[in-house]
This record gives sequence, structure tokens and C-alpha cells, in this order.
Amino acid sequence: MRINPRIVDKAMSICLSSQAFFTVGILIVIIAIICIKGFPYISFEFLFSSPEDMGRHGGIFPSIIGTIFLVFLSILLATPLGVGTAIYLTEYTKESRFTKIIRFGVESLAGIPSILYGLFGFIFFVIKLKMGWSLLAGVLTLTIMILPTIIRTSEEAIKSVPRNLRIVSYSLSATKWETVIKVVLPSAVPGILTGIMLSVGRAVGETAAVIFTMGSSLRLPTSLMDSGRTMAVHFYILAREGISMEKAYATSLILVLSILSINIIAYYIMNKVISKYS
Amino acid sequence: MKKNSFTKEHFVKTILTIFALSSLLFLFLIFIFILFEGLPLFLKIGLNKIISGFKWAPTKGSFGIFPMIVSSFLVTFGALVIGAPLGLSCAIYLSEYSGKKMKMFLKPALELLAGIPSVVYGFLGVIYIVPLVRNYLGGSGFSLLSTSIVLGVMILPTIISISFDAIMSIPKTYREGSFAMGATKWQTIYKVVVPSAKSGILASFILGMGRAIGETMAVIMIAGNALKIPTSILDPLRTLTGNIALELAYATGDHRLGLFSTGVVLLVIIMILNYIANFGIKRRVLK
Repeated sequence: MRINPRIVDKAMSICLSSQAFFTVGILIVIIAIICIKGFPYISFEFLFSSPEDMGRHGGIFPSIIGTIFLVFLSILLATPLGVGTAIYLTEYTKESRFTKIIRFGVESLAGIPSILYGLFGFIFFVIKLKMGWSLLAGVLTLTIMILPTIIRTSEEAIKSVPRNLRIVSYSLSATKWETVIKVVLPSAVPGILTGIMLSVGRAVGETAAVIFTMGSSLRLPTSLMDSGRTMAVHFYILAREGISMEKAYATSLILVLSILSINIIAYYIMNKVISKYS
Repeated sequence: MKKNSFTKEHFVKTILTIFALSSLLFLFLIFIFILFEGLPLFLKIGLNKIISGFKWAPTKGSFGIFPMIVSSFLVTFGALVIGAPLGLSCAIYLSEYSGKKMKMFLKPALELLAGIPSVVYGFLGVIYIVPLVRNYLGGSGFSLLSTSIVLGVMILPTIISISFDAIMSIPKTYREGSFAMGATKWQTIYKVVVPSAKSGILASFILGMGRAIGETMAVIMIAGNALKIPTSILDPLRTLTGNIALELAYATGDHRLGLFSTGVVLLVIIMILNYIANFGIKRRVLK
């Protein structure tokens, strides 16, 4: 028997749309669970006091500060490196074997899982360079990890700047670097910013690479050589060792909310760029 | 004045070249240091005994990681069974069915799934998926099945965004040609759109595999970490990533070298997967 193609068509469209909404449903359920379970335990004290008794009581203030230090410093290092690489790839060379090799390097870095970054950071920064479990070792490891994202998004952003702008700049006898700094980069800033925000989101939630390089000391890191604990690591330890479910939910709420709001800002900037150029 | 700006240009170009080379340098360092720590044990114990050995007792001189290699592939396959059809359906819906407004809402929402940290997936898996499996299907709940479900969701954003790009890159004329022949929308998707985007879709599955096999924190929370090859989907298992993460903090001497050998095997698998995926994507772009 042959089924009427129109009926198949209708059935498939319902099937596909229900799968798409099911998937969005997963996201909504995850966020809802975390909000409902975590919200009752959020308080001023939770955000601004130190953990006591391994995190059973008290708050997560040191881990918030630890996360901010770690992410901020990593971005500070990775942004010039990443944007510089993107400028080099787009403005200073033609496609050649050399750029292909660099692109291969960037792609490979992007594909390496975070546990291998942790393994590398542990042996190289923590042990061979004798940094110990420290903020510095964590920052350097994360810098390498977020670099590919920043390079790729910056490259896209720089490529989307119209060629005419460059031609006008050259015709005014500006040099290549002057053109890059005064013409290309200002137009590419929103796109680059999107990449940075997405990297921030990734860095905030990272655990495997951080726990083996920055360690998990509960104290507030006061120097680059101090160990510290990020929110993600703190949450992992709370949940895995069953220290306190309430604190775990509350920490995950802060963690997820900060990452989601960073990502939403990134999309907002990106949409502005897209509507500007199309 | 003119000379001055030329030397400045030269200086800037040199700096930027060094920046661009830094990525290669980092990749090189990662390879060298993981290989440098991981290879001595391969030479000492023998590649065969490590890769095909069944017993992992690093303090007693047994470094067999065969069960972990099998387990890593099993969870990856399981994740793909769940994530691939769901992800592809979402990508097709996004590109072929949804209107512009719906797309503006759905696409970022689906990509936000990638923003949720893996520890949170692991935590929710332990709280909700593990008891569900335990109560309805038996076993401890910490199992291949639970891990595959959670990993399947985690790889969705990768599969959706890359398949979506692949499908969107198919020229509109292909679809119009099909419609002109009187084909329905589904027939067009099934016979024209998906086959033309085949290599990109395949690349998305392989990159999804790469994510699943490299995933660590969620896996060690849900998989149960038992040191044997699972015989049913309800058995616990330990992956290559899990092995490293569980023991690295306290391992010393040969034990630590054994973890680096595990890392070498993982690195080789990941590089092969990435190479295949990038090759697939490149071929699509060239076409």
C-alpha cells in the first residue's frame, strides 16, 4: 500500500517541530529546576560571606572573586593574542601554506577536550615551571583554551568589514597598520566582543582544566601564586562529595545565571551587527 | 618621516606574526608535554600491554586501559544514538520549517544549551536521570544508559549548529527544482536537501563524537567509574577522560605516567576525529 505523500509530509512536519520544541523544552526544564531549587537559598549572606565547614554553611564569596580573577586575567591575555592572530590572518597575508598551517593549529586547539588542557597545565605550569596549584597556572591554561574561540570570531568580524572602507583609507595614504587600527578594528569591535563574551561564558563554567591547575583552596586568592576555587569547581566538590545539596543548588543557580546572561548579551551584540550589515 | 612609518609597519608585522605563531607553539607544547610524560610507560611496559590490557592497577604495575577505550567509544556511540537524530531534526526544522521570527528565538535558545557547564549536566543527571534508570530499569542507575542520555543532550548544540550551517548552504534552486517537480516539502528534504548536505551533517556527527569522547566532569559523576567492560547498558563504566580526572590529583610516579599514557591515547583519538571532521567540512565548502 502506498501512503499519500501529503499525509507523510504533514506527519513529518509535526514530528520535526515537536522534536525542536522538545529540545528547547530540555533547556527550559534545566533552567527551571535550577531556579526553583536554588532560589530559596540565595541571600545577601550567601553571596558575600566565606564558606564554613567545607561549604556546608556560609557563602561563596571567595569563589566568586576567584572566578572573576581567573576569567578576567585569561581574557586579558587571550584577547590581544587572539585578535592579533586574526588581524594577521585577514589583513597581513594571503592564503598560503603558512596560513593553512596556522589555521590547522587553531582548529586542533579548539578540538582538544578540557581534561587534556588540565593534564597539560598540570604537568607544564604546575610541575615543570614550578608554579604549584595557583591562579597563574589556571590563567595561563585557560588563556590557551579560549584562544581559538577568540581567533575564529575575530576573524569572522574582521572579514565582514566592507572592503571599501579599507580602500578609502589607503587612498588617503594611510599605512596598513593605521588602516587596521583606525578603520577596520572599530567596525569589527562588536563582533570581537561577541567572541570575548562567549569565551567568558566558557571560562566561567570550566572545571576539568581549572581544578588541576588552580587547585581548589577555599581561601580567597590574594596573589597570582595562590591557589583558589572557582564557582564551577566549588559546585563540583559540593555536589560530588555530597557536602550540601542546598548550597550546591544555590551555587549552580549563580553559575548558570551568570553564564546565560553573558551569552545572551553576546547574542544581543551579534544581532545588532547582523542587522547593521544586512 | 616616511622611513619611520615603514619601520613601524615592519615592527607591527613581526609582532603579529609572532602572535599568529603562538597558537602553533601552544599546540606543540601540549603535544610534547603529554607525549613526553606518556610515552616512557609505553616503552617500558609495552604499547600492547597498555592498549589491550584488561587490568588497571597502576600501583601494582598493571596499566591496561582496554576497558576504558571500549567504554569511551560505547558512551560516545550511545550519545550519538540519542543526539544525532534529535539534533538533525532540530537543524532541519530550523532551516526548512521555522519562520524568521521563530528562528530568531529558537536558534539562540538551542545554542544556550552549550552554555550550561558540564558539571551542571552531571549534577542534574545524578539527581534526575540516575534514579529514573534505577527505578524503572534496574541496576545502580550509574550506567552506560544514563551517561549516554546526558551526553546525548550535551552534544546537541554542536550537531545542530554545524548541520544547520550545512543545510543552509544548499542553494535555494535545488529546493525550487524539487518543488517544481511536484515533490512535497518532506520529499524535498529527504531526497534533495539532506543528501546534498550529507558531508556537513556527517562532520557535525563526528565533531559531536569528539565532544562526547572528551567530556569529563559530567561523565565521572554519572558513569559509576567501574573498571570493567560493561556487558549491558545498565552497567557502570569508566572512560579514558574519567580515568585521568579521578586519579590525577593524588597519583605519583608510574601511576601518574599511566594517566599521561591514557591522555596520549585520548589525544590520538581526538586528533583523528577532528581531522576527519575538518576534512569533511572542507570538502563541502570546496563544492
